[in-house]
Amino acid sequence: MNAQPRILRTQAEDTLAAEFAAARTQLPGSTAIASAREAAFAAFQKVGLPHRRVEAWKYTDLRALLRSVPPLALDIAVDGVVPADPLIGFDRARIVIIDGVFRPELSDLSGIEGATITPTVELLRADDARIGARLGAIDDAVVSLNTALMVGGVAIDVPEGVTVARAIEIAHVTTAAIGVHVRNIVTVGADASLRVVESHVGSVGSAYQANVVTEATIGDRAKVVWAKLQAEGDASVHLGTLAVSIGKETQFDHLVLMTGATVSRSQTFVTFTGEFARAGLFGATMIGGRQHADIMLGVDHAVPNGQSRERFKAVMDGRADGIFQGRIVVRPDAQKVDARMMTQGLLLSEESSFSAKPELEIFADDVQCAHGATSGQIDDDMLFYLLSRGIPKAEAETLLVTAFLAEAIEGLGDEAIGAAFEAIAGQWLAARGSEAAA
Amino acid sequence: MPAVQETIDQVSLIDVDQYKYGFVTDIESDRAPKGLSEDIVRFISAKKNEPEWMLEWRLEAYRRWLTMTEPKWARVHYPKIDFDDLYYYSAPKSTKGPKSLDEVDPELLATYEKLGIPLREREILAGVEGASDRRVAVDAVFDSVSVVTTFKEELKKAGVIFCAISEAIREYPEIVKKYLGSVVPTTDNYYATLNSAVFSDGSFVYIPEGVRCPMELSTYFRINERNTGQFERTLIIAEKGAYVSYLEGCTAPMRDENQLHAAVVELVALDDAEIKYSTVQNWYPGDKDGKGGIYNFVTKRGDCRGDRSKISWTQVETGSAITWKYPSCILRGDDSQGEFYSIAVSNGYQQVDSGTKMIHLGKRTKSRIISKGIAAGRSDNTYRGLVSAHRKASGARNFTNCDSLLIGDKCGAHTVPYIESKNASAVFEHEATTSKIADDQLFYCLQRGLSSEEAVALIVNGFVKDVIQQLPMEFAVEAQKLISISLEGSVG
Repeated sequence: MNAQPRILRTQAEDTLAAEFAAARTQLPGSTAIASAREAAFAAFQKVGLPHRRVEAWKYTDLRALLRSVPPLALDIAVDGVVPADPLIGFDRARIVIIDGVFRPELSDLSGIEGATITPTVELLRADDARIGARLGAIDDAVVSLNTALMVGGVAIDVPEGVTVARAIEIAHVTTAAIGVHVRNIVTVGADASLRVVESHVGSVGSAYQANVVTEATIGDRAKVVWAKLQAEGDASVHLGTLAVSIGKETQFDHLVLMTGATVSRSQTFVTFTGEFARAGLFGATMIGGRQHADIMLGVDHAVPNGQSRERFKAVMDGRADGIFQGRIVVRPDAQKVDARMMTQGLLLSEESSFSAKPELEIFADDVQCAHGATSGQIDDDMLFYLLSRGIPKAEAETLLVTAFLAEAIEGLGDEAIGAAFEAIAGQWLAARGSEAAA
Repeated sequence: MPAVQETIDQVSLIDVDQYKYGFVTDIESDRAPKGLSEDIVRFISAKKNEPEWMLEWRLEAYRRWLTMTEPKWARVHYPKIDFDDLYYYSAPKSTKGPKSLDEVDPELLATYEKLGIPLREREILAGVEGASDRRVAVDAVFDSVSVVTTFKEELKKAGVIFCAISEAIREYPEIVKKYLGSVVPTTDNYYATLNSAVFSDGSFVYIPEGVRCPMELSTYFRINERNTGQFERTLIIAEKGAYVSYLEGCTAPMRDENQLHAAVVELVALDDAEIKYSTVQNWYPGDKDGKGGIYNFVTKRGDCRGDRSKISWTQVETGSAITWKYPSCILRGDDSQGEFYSIAVSNGYQQVDSGTKMIHLGKRTKSRIISKGIAAGRSDNTYRGLVSAHRKASGARNFTNCDSLLIGDKCGAHTVPYIESKNASAVFEHEATTSKIADDQLFYCLQRGLSSEEAVALIVNGFVKDVIQQLPMEFAVEAQKLISISLEGSVG
């Protein structure tokens, strides 16, 4: 990265350094993990928090946005207020991680026969090779920070050929103003099938910071649906990273829904390691007030004959800033790749903004790659059409925004998850409508 | 065509040496000592008989430049440039104030003749048969100086000032002072700051209020000397309601070492004015192994300062070892318009990182970007562009289309657009595709008896048609030929 060498550290960086120095001996893991932590923190310190001049973080200047850092959540259960379940009514098994700690007593692990759930702490103590295995190519200060401070999280293993009957929710709940560093490891064997809902919620008004990194390895011919719900508390910071490699002939469908947090950044890195794999990557952002939500997507077509579809939609209200950065790389000799990326921003208010940077980086000639990007407000013609049919303005707007977002949400191709997520989008729009009415 | 062996063989045999402007003119020249220092800046300023304020302006830029670091963000790779190993000033010896064309060194005239550039007024032909009433006024810049400007008198009658910028600094200091550096400030970027310190010559155009420039204006840049950097500076001002179409062409001899070309172009369009700026850039691209060639690091920016003004950039980029330029428009006036049409062809080991910036500040401003990148051989071709709407840019509109075509499996095509909207009523659309020449199109042409090379040329010309159409006629013909030459030997 093209970060300039800096001497001045921000208050947040100083606090992190102090926290790491105080916690290093208590952090779980083998000696190898301990030295990996040291190296990761050194890497973080070298570049500091990402800022405008770091190209990948151009639109999310954490140096400016993170004024302070809350205390670390170590192996203590803080037990604050657990917020309501946003996915109520949706049938799934639940892995509950509260304040960074896996809580089996609060989890529901029925109906997932065949899959094994292990706390990440055990992997750290056993110096498991899967820790960090997917992060090699990712040069990112926030991921380094997670490696240095990771404590909780779970590992999910789905052996070869197993189809997990129920969807599994990994519920990340933060209940107090703390810094949480979670690492999850998901391994799906060949010919297996798994549906995951990764959810992030937290208590209202609490200025917590969650940094969650998930590493996933998906075997040949496996089928994985992965939906992420970022509905963090209104005063929080969310930094989420999913690094996934997909094997031969796999089908990987991914959806990110972003509604919460004051500052959020969701990063997804997908690497094609086997031929004829297909990835569908979708995103929907709904923000208002002074929220700032950044979706970063990296798709690496490292092998020939891959197919990827990307569709990201963002709706901004109030003074919110919506961001999408997508990057599709087609490596030399990765012929016959077919990749299409679309990103659209819908501005609902005068003071909102949308920035997009959809990149293509192509080194093979026999490929089909395209990207599109648009930004604008609700189309007057469409609105007029609905008004002329007697639909009130607020309702007409809601209808049009719902249709706009549905294109992304439905892309996931999982009816149950799609319905649950559409309901959340509906709640957001209803809340917006009632605010406008009041 | 997935990489069949034949294609690979052909690509490896690419004869980039077909560059036909690669000759060297043997002419005595007057050079400044090698290297860069305040003394060299003073030397250049003195050579140009510049007033004190200009020298101060240059020195300030030079001091600023010393504090800056070279930008590294572009997707281009090259060995570090030794700025002390360059000549910053070189002029053909005989040009000390030629009164007429007859006094100009015949060697020099022969050079331009060889390049196909008509300098003798009576010989001015449009280059296209049947269009002989079209005339083009030419400013010829050889290394660091402008050698001749044609049609000066006739332009003067219309009130148009078209001369070398060094002359303008002496003759029209008020206008130059007002506008120089007002679009590209001296502190803008590393190469623009360097240019501000050491620029030697370039063109100056001033179109008074309400005047439609009676003919096309053009400048031909030629780098001849070894180890010389060319730093030209162009300033074009269109007053209220004025119109001008300006063409720019560039060539250089074939040399083994790399040469630096760091130009700055500033355009200012006031209310209702229109400036059309076309470039055919054909600097020497280096040989088949990527040795030699021009580093083309250029800052070009237009300021639509007045309401309803319009600036249109059209570029055909086939030359240079490395191209690094982003002709941009600042759409300040309400209802102003910016356009960018570009064809960038890269072959051999060429590296292109080019695009545009459309900065919407005024209300109802419009911009359109059409970019066609063609990468062959082992080249890298990047489109990098920014479209932004600021808070007050209500009703801003942009349409961007960038397509890339890959020929051969050793090249790369990249697209890096930045889209930033801070206004809800701004409507931005961006689309980009990357593909190879479709087999069915190729098959269709072959089946009708075209050779594969002809077929590719035909398809490529269709691919770039949107841009070629924007060029003035004489350039369109040249551009089409250039593209087929650039791609020669790149297909099997």
